[in-house]
Amino acid sequence: MKQHVTATVNGDPVEFLSDPGMTLLDALRDELGLTGSKEGCGSGDCGACSVVVDGRLVCSCLMLAAEAEGHRIETIEGMAEGSVLHPLQRKFIEHAALQCGFCTPGLLVAAKALLDSNPDPSETEVRYWLAGNLCRCTGYDKVIRAVMDAGAEMRQARVA
Amino acid sequence: MSQLDYLAPASAEDAAKALAAGGDTARPLSGGTDLLVQLRAGRLKPGLIVDLKKIPGAIGIREEAGGFVIGAATSGAALGEHAPLVRAWPGVVEATNLIGSTQIQGRASMAGNICNASPAADSVPALVAARATCVVVGPTGRRTVPVEEIPVGPGRTSLAPGEFVLEIRLPPRGFHAADAYLRSIPRTEMDIAVVGVAVNLTLGVDGVITDARIALGAVGPTVIVAREAAAVLVGTRAEDDVLARLDEAARAVCRPISDKRGTAEFRTKITGVLARRVATIAYARAKERI
Repeated sequence: MKQHVTATVNGDPVEFLSDPGMTLLDALRDELGLTGSKEGCGSGDCGACSVVVDGRLVCSCLMLAAEAEGHRIETIEGMAEGSVLHPLQRKFIEHAALQCGFCTPGLLVAAKALLDSNPDPSETEVRYWLAGNLCRCTGYDKVIRAVMDAGAEMRQARVA
Repeated sequence: MSQLDYLAPASAEDAAKALAAGGDTARPLSGGTDLLVQLRAGRLKPGLIVDLKKIPGAIGIREEAGGFVIGAATSGAALGEHAPLVRAWPGVVEATNLIGSTQIQGRASMAGNICNASPAADSVPALVAARATCVVVGPTGRRTVPVEEIPVGPGRTSLAPGEFVLEIRLPPRGFHAADAYLRSIPRTEMDIAVVGVAVNLTLGVDGVITDARIALGAVGPTVIVAREAAAVLVGTRAEDDVLARLDEAARAVCRPISDKRGTAEFRTKITGVLARRVATIAYARAKERI
């Protein structure tokens, strides 16, 4: 039986019909047209489908769409403010912290969740936090540098 | 994933009824980090998923009678943010927080870790060492079960049809007590334990160990309570010669298999090494509290 689900996605109320086995990732991509979140592995190993649910970073491939009922979801599509990129997005470009880009939405969502809860992480903290986001192109160093740099800029902006 | 139903009942009793009516193909859902993987891999073809998260108390941590009551669907991340729990049971929390990535921690629960019944589950040895119990709800009522009695073999539990774990209870914490957990994996993150060891100690004011409980993971089909090894520690201050005897006693009760993660011989040796290290950490933590 299909479930009627209402939730908040990137601040907007949404509703859709979900098959009981449908994942949140499938609902975002196929029902709501938000294709920024990717399916890499479908088993919670790669983090390409990372979204934030009620402030908590999760894999949307390991959550049923029906579970989203009444909850607040943030995806990569909500990260930039209109045409103004989030500092993390800008720093990923500046540091060339991506090649094919498939893992990038998940990495950005995960990195934002880190900086939201810990504005001044050490490099070790960044590496552990992002251990669930696999990238097969960059080798991670540029990603880590971009996150550290974005964190520094955001701290600066807060002081100013 | 076709012909599947999803229910999110608002009471434990309704959840038990739904699970019982669903029979063999019904599964309770907490964080879903095991269930959805099994579902998507086609290893499991449930007809009904009963989401426990709308049941009052299924998510959250409360202190009760000096102990802690942890809802079945409480995430690992939430445990790590609960300062009184971290202070009282650092070993239980560090074991749970070792499971998977940040994303997995956002959803994964200890109850799920127990009921998935993997011999390598990280939180289970720590919970067993802590003498934690599960409140199990079923169609005929509630019962309280020690954590070690839930898993009975790889992927198998003692839960009857319709039964599920509603909450986990950690007992009141005495003074000068602490626990610790370490696992061995070939890298630093995102792996499954080759061996896991949990030690839970209580000291007297003189620093002498008055109570010890040790649980070993991934060296048998279920967690092994190493009673002889624990007895080695009681009456001591975990001195070097004691740790050497602890190492030997811990190795003596291992019954590991050889698989791609490690040979039986390797797992046995590592169990002794980890037992020494974990006992040392738990002792230092407990001693700081005198």
